[in-house]
Amino acid sequence: MQTDSRQPAILVDPAQQIFKVARRNFTDPEIFKAEKELVFERSWLYLGHASELPKPGDFVSRTVAGRSILFTRDSKGTLRALLNTCPHRGAQVCRERKGNAKSFQCFYHGWVFGADGKLRSQPGEDAYAEGFKNRESSNMQAVPRFETYRDFCFVSFDRNIVPLVDYLAGAKEYLDLICDQTDAGLSIIAGTQEYSIRANWKLLTENSIDGYHATTTHASYFDYLMNTTDGLAGGMGGGGYGYDLGNGHAVLEYGAPWGRPVAQWIPAWGDSGKQEISRLYDNLVQRFGKERADRISRKNRNLFIFPNLVVNDIMALTVRTYFPMAADYMVISAWALGPNDETSWARKYRLNNFLEFLGPGGFATPDDAEALEHCQRGFNNAKEAQWNDISKGMGKERPAHNDELQMRAFWTQWNAMMFPAPISSIKNVAA
Amino acid sequence: MRAIERSDVEDFLFHEADLLDQWRLPEWLALFTDDATYEVPCTDLPPDASADNNLFYIADDRFRLGERVKRLMKRTAHAEFPHSKTSRIVGNVRIRGRGEDSVDVSAVFQTFRTKDGTTDLYFGTSNYRLKVDESRIRISEKRCLLGGEGLRPHGRISIVL
Repeated sequence: MQTDSRQPAILVDPAQQIFKVARRNFTDPEIFKAEKELVFERSWLYLGHASELPKPGDFVSRTVAGRSILFTRDSKGTLRALLNTCPHRGAQVCRERKGNAKSFQCFYHGWVFGADGKLRSQPGEDAYAEGFKNRESSNMQAVPRFETYRDFCFVSFDRNIVPLVDYLAGAKEYLDLICDQTDAGLSIIAGTQEYSIRANWKLLTENSIDGYHATTTHASYFDYLMNTTDGLAGGMGGGGYGYDLGNGHAVLEYGAPWGRPVAQWIPAWGDSGKQEISRLYDNLVQRFGKERADRISRKNRNLFIFPNLVVNDIMALTVRTYFPMAADYMVISAWALGPNDETSWARKYRLNNFLEFLGPGGFATPDDAEALEHCQRGFNNAKEAQWNDISKGMGKERPAHNDELQMRAFWTQWNAMMFPAPISSIKNVAA
Repeated sequence: MRAIERSDVEDFLFHEADLLDQWRLPEWLALFTDDATYEVPCTDLPPDASADNNLFYIADDRFRLGERVKRLMKRTAHAEFPHSKTSRIVGNVRIRGRGEDSVDVSAVFQTFRTKDGTTDLYFGTSNYRLKVDESRIRISEKRCLLGGEGLRPHGRISIVL
């Protein structure tokens, strides 16, 4: 994007502890358009979890950054991310949301494809050139890049992007902490929360890693917790910190009063719950030693992977991804993850935990949505009231989880992608 | 159990809708039995899915339903402060089955919600199990099956469906 020197997108002055974000970043249709190309087409984007496709032939169809994608496990068991469009005349080949299929037939002219995207047959084959079926261009096209890390599957539309594992940078360590909860693997639990917020997508990025808003925005949730646990004895977020994980990723890690199915017991779970939680905890100690076991089981993590993936390891384990549809409207999909070897007791409490806080019917998420929508409305004043302030904790050597380091990490990366430094300044750096 | 007719059920469901439209939630809560459940499954689940092993939007037992009501009556339930205006239509009421002291009922709902200049429509089918005794009807199960694909564009179920 062309930089308008009179109107920077962010204003940063570490010496004076100033970090401001222009509110037009949330409202300007030109920025919305540029983000598609400069952010979403140059990042790794979450597509799905390998557990969603346990058997050969399993598929889900999904929209990622506006693309219609068919995510399959082919007959050999290989995961595939195909552009869901017929190489013949462009129709979406798969029109179902999920299922199991030996092949996919485009209903327009009847071309049939394997779960690997290869053309199997087409009506009137003898009217085509010899060898037509063996041409690469006769197959459904794969997305330019598709890679996975511990069953988290990502796509990128940038052929030249760095490998996923490098892109994840410091976020890898946190995905490991989450995946190490069990040695039996994690699976997406059936049921997708599909919702939306009438606000700019970056507001949800900020909100997802914002430890500052909890006590006011979620006051009524903490009232509820007071009624279900023995008060907030654990305190909200004691000893928590925020971390910049590189490449725009960030995390907050903290203690909290709610129960964690792996593995922090609360009195509401009773004695049988206590036994189950102890068993899970002991197992972690055995596998990793006490220090890492404590971190895995007692700390909460709100992990953000740039630009639009949130993995929350809190009172439940959630995966959330979101995409802008307009400068002031986003769509969100959210799932619950759980260990494959979880008892039915723990699974039930996990889901119970999830719903009391999270999602469009929870006791907290609707209030987040309300806050974001009212920010978006407030930004109607952006011509006069131009700046957001996210400087909290800038002077600290080690910012707390309820400071705003996480947001600064996001915006620094966003700004670098949207407004790359002019060539002259790169020369200056080189010199 | 007294003989209960569809018109009795309709009167009851219309009364329920009226209490909700008037935000008389504590009175609405009193329509439920002590072991009642109120559930809204995700739209990609089968209608009889269990909340024990599937992710729902809402799966309240009677305790959490009470907490939901308490919350919604507070100023700090920001999504519903000030309260939205709602208008509910309940129709296609049918008695699907009869038990010893209960009836299973289905009804179609259309709920309009207006707040801050935006009006959203929630629609679908509610399945009820109603306990019936000599003096009154109470709800022991209410499951709202949303008719759309997901919760777009409204994005939240901050009201009671």
